[in-house]
Amino acid sequence: MNKILAANGWLFPNVNWENMWDATGETIYMSVIALAFTFIFGILLGLLLFLTDKGQLWQNKAVHAVTAAYVNIFRSIPFIILIVLLIPFTRSLIGTMLGPSAALPALIIGAAPFYARMVEIALREIDKGVIEASKSMGASNRQIIFKVLLPESMPALVSGITVTAIALVSYTAMAGVIGAGGLGDLAYRDGFQRNNSDITLVATIVVLIIVFIFQFIGDYLTNKLDKR
Amino acid sequence: MITLSKLAKTFQTRDGQVTAVDHIDLSIEKGEIFGVIGYSGAGKSTLIRLLNMLETPSSGQVTVAGKNMNELSGKGLRQARQEIGMIFQHFNLLWSRTVADNIAFPLEIKGMPKSEQKKRVNELIKLVGLEGRGGSYPSQLSGGQKQRVGIARALANNPQVLLCDEATSALDPKTTDSILDLLVDINKKLNLTIVLITHEMHVIRKICHRVAVMENGRIAEQGPVLDIFKRPKEEMTKEFVKQVTEPEETEEAIRHLFKDDGIGRVLQLTFTGSDAKRSLITDVVRKYDVSVSILQGKISQTQHGSYGSLFVSVTGDNQLIDETIAFIRSQQVEVEVIHGE
Repeated sequence: MNKILAANGWLFPNVNWENMWDATGETIYMSVIALAFTFIFGILLGLLLFLTDKGQLWQNKAVHAVTAAYVNIFRSIPFIILIVLLIPFTRSLIGTMLGPSAALPALIIGAAPFYARMVEIALREIDKGVIEASKSMGASNRQIIFKVLLPESMPALVSGITVTAIALVSYTAMAGVIGAGGLGDLAYRDGFQRNNSDITLVATIVVLIIVFIFQFIGDYLTNKLDKR
Repeated sequence: MITLSKLAKTFQTRDGQVTAVDHIDLSIEKGEIFGVIGYSGAGKSTLIRLLNMLETPSSGQVTVAGKNMNELSGKGLRQARQEIGMIFQHFNLLWSRTVADNIAFPLEIKGMPKSEQKKRVNELIKLVGLEGRGGSYPSQLSGGQKQRVGIARALANNPQVLLCDEATSALDPKTTDSILDLLVDINKKLNLTIVLITHEMHVIRKICHRVAVMENGRIAEQGPVLDIFKRPKEEMTKEFVKQVTEPEETEEAIRHLFKDDGIGRVLQLTFTGSDAKRSLITDVVRKYDVSVSILQGKISQTQHGSYGSLFVSVTGDNQLIDETIAFIRSQQVEVEVIHGE
């Protein structure tokens, strides 16, 4: 144990493991909560995009145009700018601009449209014949959505949320810069600004580990769900 | 069971209006297997989708099992659709569900309690001969098995009518036959009305009672299958009948023989119904001093008897050959002289 600590002190002299641990917790907190909301909002938006498109169940030009515009705009704004733009909104919603919770609105608003496009693509992949068959059996639109569209596209929805999760982890790092905490914040303030490159290195490694874990879980679930 | 009156469907395309179904009147009896044959683009696909309102008609009426389909909407239409099963060329199964869950899908839609669903699914699995495959996923099945799942699913809610949209066109000949046998079996067991569309005359010959030949959105010709085989009126019907009665190379092979001297007269004899099994040729050679050689022949079985065509060459005295032909005609067999005199 002493040996490890000694090696630790020699390799990473400036790393405060307690801070590192807290920052990791904040990053995971931001990513997971934002991911859960992104999953829900992304699927809702994606379904809306898909269903209101031409030739689909709820064909509606106006709703489709508005949804598509919203998705395109928020997907195109660079995340760091989006956070700044959303400061008033976040203040009124959370009451502060500091801490991991304050990063959530921007994270969700930035990631949900990104995921919505992937949901739309996943839904488009479903064979039209299957939807036709469901109609021929007398299924209602609700039944088609919950018993056909979502289950049939589930592997693609999960692999899409995996990609989104990884994007979210990097967004949390950016959110850190404006005071949300987390590994990005730690790497930038304690690492870069104070010239402690060992802190930056360790924070990077921890971020990579989180990304690999997300990727692993995502791949595992996708494989398990895919019966094609 | 099904009545169509002045049914029409036009599509608006970039190149103007296309009339897929052009004022069709048709009536299909209960318990009948009714075939619609036509080349692609004839409008048969649209026609079958008009029966369960997957396509809404531009004008005209569709009555299925006493319900006026084109007046229904929302819940009423969904309930009426549960009375009409449909199977598809590409099966259209849910790949995320097992065989049993696929078959249970229409039961879930109807809102049947879970415990009853299980019992019904087991009955259906047995009916279509998929015992032991209930837990498999569609991707683990062959094409024929997938179509069996499709059929079980279509029959789950005890429909009165089964619509088959090119149901065997994606299957190999052997599997096609086993699926067709299953359809005949179900038709007899459940007294189910079956409407099928196809481009293969083989399918019509094998299982249909009546057939309609479709071209450019209209029905060119319709009638009992055997009658259509016996006396096809339209050029297109003749082409379809040839698909079954003559192997493709027949004409070519026989024309090749025409070059030989001494081929005599070549006759095409057409037998229908029970005639096909008669000893006509023996009668002819016993009665007349002519020699008969058989060039090609084929007998096809339909739901209402058999249909055969025989190509023979007859040599001998011209007078005798004329008498021979007259004799064959007197036996209710159709004769066409296709070479000589």
